[in-house]
Amino acid sequence: MAITREDVKHVARLARLSLTEEEIQAFTEQLSRILEHVACMNRLDVTDVPPTYHAVALQHVLREDKPQPSLERETVLALAPEAEAGCYKVPKITEG
Amino acid sequence: MSGMTHKLSAARLNRLFLAGELSAVEIAESALSRIAQVEPAVGAFLHVAEEHVIERAKKLDARRKAGDTELGPLAGVPIAVKDNICTCGMPTTCASRILEGYVSPYDATVVERLRASGAMIIGKANMDEFAMGSSGETSAFHVTRNPWDLERVPGGSSSGSAAAVAAGEVPLALGTDTGGSIRQPAAFTGIVGLKPTYGYVSRYGVVAFASSLDQVGPMGRDVEDVARLFEVIAGPDRRDATNAGRTPPALKFGGDPSLTGLRIGVPKEFFGEGIDAGVKARLQEAIAQLAALGAEVEECSLPATEYALHAYYVLALAEASSNLARFDGVRFGYRAAQSGGLNDMYSKTRAEGFGSEVKRRIMLGTYVLSAGHYDAYYRKAQQVRTLVIRDFARAFERYDAVVTPTTPFTAWRIGEKINDPVSMYLGDICTIPVNLAGLPAISVPCGFADGLPVGMQLIGKHFADAQLLQMAWAYQKVTKHHEARPALTEEGGR
Amino acid sequence: MSTRWETVIGLEVHVELSTETKVWCSCKNEFGAEPNTNVCPVCLALPGSLPVLNVKAVEYTIRAGLALNCQIRRHSKFDRKNYFYADLPAGYQISQYDLPLCYDGYVDITKKDGTTRRIRIQRIHLETDAGKLLHAGDDVTAANYSLVDLNRAGVPLIEIVTEPDLRSAEEAGLFLEKLRSILKYSGVSDVKMEEGSMRCDVNLSVRPAGSSEFGVRTELKNVNSFSAVMRGIEYEEKRHIRTLEEGGQLEQETRSWRDAQGISVLLRSKEDAEDYRYFPEPDLPPLEVSEEEIERIRATLPELPDALMQRLMAEYGLSAYDASVIVAEREYAQWFLHAVELAGADQAKAVANWQINELYRVMNEKGLGPDQIPVTPEQLVGMLKLIDKGTITGKIAKTVFDKMVETGKDAETIVKEEGLTQVADEGELLAIAREVVAANPKVFEDWKAGKQSAAQWFVGQIMKRTRGRANPQLALKLVTQALEEHARK
Repeated sequence: MAITREDVKHVARLARLSLTEEEIQAFTEQLSRILEHVACMNRLDVTDVPPTYHAVALQHVLREDKPQPSLERETVLALAPEAEAGCYKVPKITEG
Repeated sequence: MSGMTHKLSAARLNRLFLAGELSAVEIAESALSRIAQVEPAVGAFLHVAEEHVIERAKKLDARRKAGDTELGPLAGVPIAVKDNICTCGMPTTCASRILEGYVSPYDATVVERLRASGAMIIGKANMDEFAMGSSGETSAFHVTRNPWDLERVPGGSSSGSAAAVAAGEVPLALGTDTGGSIRQPAAFTGIVGLKPTYGYVSRYGVVAFASSLDQVGPMGRDVEDVARLFEVIAGPDRRDATNAGRTPPALKFGGDPSLTGLRIGVPKEFFGEGIDAGVKARLQEAIAQLAALGAEVEECSLPATEYALHAYYVLALAEASSNLARFDGVRFGYRAAQSGGLNDMYSKTRAEGFGSEVKRRIMLGTYVLSAGHYDAYYRKAQQVRTLVIRDFARAFERYDAVVTPTTPFTAWRIGEKINDPVSMYLGDICTIPVNLAGLPAISVPCGFADGLPVGMQLIGKHFADAQLLQMAWAYQKVTKHHEARPALTEEGGR
Repeated sequence: MSTRWETVIGLEVHVELSTETKVWCSCKNEFGAEPNTNVCPVCLALPGSLPVLNVKAVEYTIRAGLALNCQIRRHSKFDRKNYFYADLPAGYQISQYDLPLCYDGYVDITKKDGTTRRIRIQRIHLETDAGKLLHAGDDVTAANYSLVDLNRAGVPLIEIVTEPDLRSAEEAGLFLEKLRSILKYSGVSDVKMEEGSMRCDVNLSVRPAGSSEFGVRTELKNVNSFSAVMRGIEYEEKRHIRTLEEGGQLEQETRSWRDAQGISVLLRSKEDAEDYRYFPEPDLPPLEVSEEEIERIRATLPELPDALMQRLMAEYGLSAYDASVIVAEREYAQWFLHAVELAGADQAKAVANWQINELYRVMNEKGLGPDQIPVTPEQLVGMLKLIDKGTITGKIAKTVFDKMVETGKDAETIVKEEGLTQVADEGELLAIAREVVAANPKVFEDWKAGKQSAAQWFVGQIMKRTRGRANPQLALKLVTQALEEHARK
């Protein structure tokens, strides 16, 4: 199943990756080839085969509702590229 | 002492340290000097924590002198930690520009366990960016070289961990394995690498690539050292909901090596056309060796193997595309200079911070999850996964272990495959099925083909890691491949 | 010919669970803390962090489901909802997609005209709250930058989705009131819309009455109070109907409600809708809930408002209206039951009267919430006893009540301190009556002339002289006596 330039641009938007013209070109080719390859799976008959989400059967272990110390705000914000008034600072948010 | 300690095993170093015959400082200094000597050629490390390790060594020496009985099985042993495992006080970059300089405010559970055992973390090992690669070539900083042939790749993604051990810079290293990233570089560099059963080792503090496939594992020059590190890192951790809460049984090696009473399957799908002649030859010899040790060896079949690669790439990349969404320039790491608003900042940050292999995988992963494609790709891949699991389950009804080559070919030249992603992905066909099924698997050196190391892979049942280690130990007791050292070391040769 | 239209409404309500800690980590779940002080590697989505499920969050979700008459799913799982936004640290939210923990429930509402309607609940699932954004100037589109506080990121949320069973703004309002009340009773949330622990999105379409096809749907967001929900619905249904009657085309879109201007504006069209790329959460095993667990949780549910209301009517003879007002808040119901326990069942109507007329009036005036009831049941019952004994009049009781609110003292003390004891001494009152009559010849003449209000005026004077403490019936009797005496002179 071939992937088009438009598909690539749409996916890049979903993934928040800004691509150059060369990259769009390259990815369209490479992703097409990989997807063709992956489409081999269609040769397998998987009717009535349930999907596996976790290979090793695990018991869900739940956590007690007791507070534990949080990180110090100073430590946390020291990692931030931009911070102000105890908060992370981000550029203008435009809808959509 | 600087010429000597790098030749000692972790077991020996620990014994000498605890006996007071070697100080931790001596060990640390010796390792640092070996690293300084070898790094210009090999480039296994992204960060060498000189000051930290000397401080640590001094503290360990003081504790030993004071008679501290809590000093554990790795006390005094220098260890390299793959750079996707969080360590306080030194950077964790995942070999990516987007995390350049990032210092985690918390330790991974495996790091806490290392520290508690008295190990000395000497530095962070190079890797493929975000563990995405099979050669070490996608590191944003530099390419680690194979100590056996500096023009060749050491394998990936735990490229630095493997090279550091193979070059004698450290006796032990931690790697991670999602589709073969411990086993394949172990095979390429002639060392031992174990991917534990999924859920044995905590993933808390390990930067996720594909959450349902990732595991941390030990890499070393021999099985006993690897087992020692495995025992330290494996065990329960309530901070990881996918952890099985199990402690492996204590491992004791000794006595006559024997595989009598064990039945080992040889799946024909792993010995077909795609496998190098030289690799096949070494494997036949190794299998004969297993039989000589008393194992019943028999051909078997794992028919879904052919499709495992496809399923893996869909699942791993889908999970990865989501796991890497947190790298957005808001709370930590790189942020691009821009003026266009939030979405612009996201897109530029990620475009500039991620390398092309990472971008390619994020794109593919996002695509297979996107509207209209989920059933055809993601769901189908999960169904194929079920078939792979069933294949192994059936095999393990009869066999105690399954043996295969670790890789279809030996280490290729740097630059040879980097522009051909499909060809690169094909190198993972022997290791990937194991991750899909969550099984334990170990790669042990089993000889050379054209002067390059070849690895044998033993795959075991869930939580049978201890048995696997015993089998590998028996094999190493009657072979000498793991004693070979690259010319980089003074003794040289095989 | 004009069409009769039917409005079809479904609601999506998000409710924050009042657990001690967040859903995936042990940071405090606390409203109003200093920004970014309740954060850790997990809720910050630092590299390498992993979620671990809070057992209370599961329990509260199941409780809410049981209280809303839902089926509880024995085997459910979590899924990732992927999108990018500044308040979403991981770039995905852990939620439940195809196997929500609760499903197929309902809430019954009673309309003003007395009819009841059953509003079906399609599903309730557990998910994760995002952080808070502060925009310079309070408007996301005008600000040059925004500030992110992640204290709220990771707080457990339940999302309650109704079937499109609602047909009007009134019904939506009633549903939300009822829902809020039930959730408050079940103790899973403090459901305060003004603090954001309860939020609502509206899905609305219209169709010709009698049609079974659905019209084009609008999703309306940013409705921040129950009344805003109702205003938004009324606006949207008018907009839809007007567009259709003018022969225009409606688009499926998401709109934002601007309460101050009373209009909705376009937020996102269908084409711009986000692709969430749901897939099963690989960091969490599936969730198994046993039958025993469900029953154990069911047993911890208190008596819920509907059942309680029926009981108050049956056991204490309260009217439907009175009973519904009392059960509206769990604290009020508990207060009432405690007071009746102390005073005796025969006093139930008196308690209800005082509670609904005086207590709520005072609380309204002072802007007090149900957790701030300013008078204890003991205080009220003490006062009722004094009225019963005749120590104070009903009228004086109102003063005593206000003083109890003010000072927190009990009725008896207040009556003593303020000298409010009812004056029932006939001799004393008669003396005052004679004085007052003698001192006001003009009014006396009015009374003689047949003006009945003159007698009341004299009673009023007696009340003045006794500072309201005179028994009014007795005062009237004695005034009449004094007047007749005076007339005979």
